[in-house]
Amino acid sequence: MKQTIAVQVDDLTVAYNYKPVLWDIDLEIPEGVLMAIVGPNGAGKSTLIKSILGILKPIAGSVSIYGKPYDKQRSLVAYVPQKGSVDWDFPTTALDVVMMGTYGSLGWIKRPGQKEKKAALEALEKVGMLPFKNRQISQLSGGQQQRIFLARALVQNASIYFMDEPFQGVDATTEIAIINILKELRKAGKTVIVVHHDLQTVPEYFDWVTFLNVKKIATGPVKDIFNDDNLTKTYGINYKVSIQE
Amino acid sequence: MMSNAQIEIQLIASLVAIACAIPGTFLVLRKMAMISDAISHSILPGIVIGFFITQDLNSPLLILLAALTGIVTVVLVEYIQKTGLVKEDTAIGLVFPALFSIGVILIAKNANDVHLDVDAVLLGELAFAPFDRLIISGIDVGPKSLWIIGGILLVTIGLLFAFFKELKVSTFDAGLAASLGFSPAIIHYGLMAVSSVTTVGAFDAVGAILVVALMIAPAASAYLLTNNLKRMLGYAICFGVFAAISGYWVAHWLDASIAGSITSMLGLLFLTVYLFAPSKGIIAVLYREKQQRTEVSLLTFLLHLKNHTEESERHVNHLNEHINWQKVRSKTVLDLALKNNMIAIENHIVSLTNKGNDFTTQAIDYIITNEDAQIEHMKDDFFLFRG
Repeated sequence: MKQTIAVQVDDLTVAYNYKPVLWDIDLEIPEGVLMAIVGPNGAGKSTLIKSILGILKPIAGSVSIYGKPYDKQRSLVAYVPQKGSVDWDFPTTALDVVMMGTYGSLGWIKRPGQKEKKAALEALEKVGMLPFKNRQISQLSGGQQQRIFLARALVQNASIYFMDEPFQGVDATTEIAIINILKELRKAGKTVIVVHHDLQTVPEYFDWVTFLNVKKIATGPVKDIFNDDNLTKTYGINYKVSIQE
Repeated sequence: MMSNAQIEIQLIASLVAIACAIPGTFLVLRKMAMISDAISHSILPGIVIGFFITQDLNSPLLILLAALTGIVTVVLVEYIQKTGLVKEDTAIGLVFPALFSIGVILIAKNANDVHLDVDAVLLGELAFAPFDRLIISGIDVGPKSLWIIGGILLVTIGLLFAFFKELKVSTFDAGLAASLGFSPAIIHYGLMAVSSVTTVGAFDAVGAILVVALMIAPAASAYLLTNNLKRMLGYAICFGVFAAISGYWVAHWLDASIAGSITSMLGLLFLTVYLFAPSKGIIAVLYREKQQRTEVSLLTFLLHLKNHTEESERHVNHLNEHINWQKVRSKTVLDLALKNNMIAIENHIVSLTNKGNDFTTQAIDYIITNEDAQIEHMKDDFFLFRG
């Protein structure tokens, strides 16, 4: 039985100021995996996600989501940007940020109503942030802010979730809470793609991994390809990571 | 009794203030305050060229031409910035003086034919606005500037209502907006277009410098007072109108420039808010810092009590000597601890109560693990635990 491909990337090249940051990437992400994208700083991990989502325009190559261009498949995709990419002093509440996840299905001009509010409250409940719904977002801790971002993605009720370093600057409890939610999403048949930094936790958290450093080094099941050889190819120095089965 | 002209001037000033406060709020939140300065200056050549063509400062064509110059400014700034050779503020500083000076030269070269001077451009001629009437089939329907700024305001409000959600999401998180299909570029240029048109419409009445003040100062003041975007818009509008009307009367009593007085009122307003805003104002911040220092001392003291059972370490005098605090500080800390029933003092020997003991354990636990859930109930009483 051939596995369905959720995300397909062909010959993708992306450049900033004519300097390529991603070279000729080919990538197939099967449906239903929980995948880490790992690589050193400047490897183009965030760039890869942003290019798949049409936020950055590649100079070559193409991307398809379940066989169609991203523009046609927006409703299937949710995105959690890096926490540091927004201004947390923005005058708004936790609930309002989560509501933003519903804007995509509303389209232009139409405003969110009771239905959207209910969905947002449910998502807040799922990430354990319901008691903080009316709190101004700058009054939340780093972990709480990340949970709000996760709730905003959950409210989109997508098939594919892209997350840019969701564990950065969060406490241990939040990290566990987040990974548990991601694992639940996978159980529900969703595809989850995470830019990840902590190599130690890759085998524990993920079942699929992509090594990236400007070029794609390897992609596949963690148990088959998460080894010293690929780590060394990606990071350029000798890596020894013991993998616990 | 106010004369008709006085009422009309205040009405024009108020409408200008509202029309400026709306895009101004988003410019402040997008950290683009300087771009409004750039637009307000660089539309000058657009106004001059438009005036050559139309011979009418209030012509819609002139407004469109000038607004187009505003957009050109934004595009040029972004183009120069994108080369990566200079930063954004430098790019702004390069573009708008260049365009402004072209306008100044155009005025000077044609001074005889053009009823425009640099003073009027910088400071506006609000006092004369009621003299230029709009006459429709022989009937006087009011000052032209009133109709122009009223029309611009209506369009601005319409756009705000239609695209509030899009403006909010793209201002807060451009990446999310893009992934949801709300092109941040379209919203950005839409906002720039509204800012440019508003600037031109307000220009004739209040001049290039006050336009900037009316866009930025009310929004900056409102930002310090609320954590709600809709309320921020509301406050900014009220502040703008307040400054417009009070500024007019200050000018009236002092027999001074209206534009200058309105700008001064905006400055005073911001200063007041900056000092006295309940949580973000400078006095509130200083008070909070002082409280936090006391609370850190309190915690240090409680931890000391928890770690030491021997009486010599728990004697009141020990606080001054061993922990090396000033008398004042020791007293503040002791009072705070007593007030919260965290300690008991018997024969000058201090000991932790059960409550004090629990508090210390929890607080230290929080500081070590940085886990929030367990200290939620302490946030209301102690500044230390509020983010």
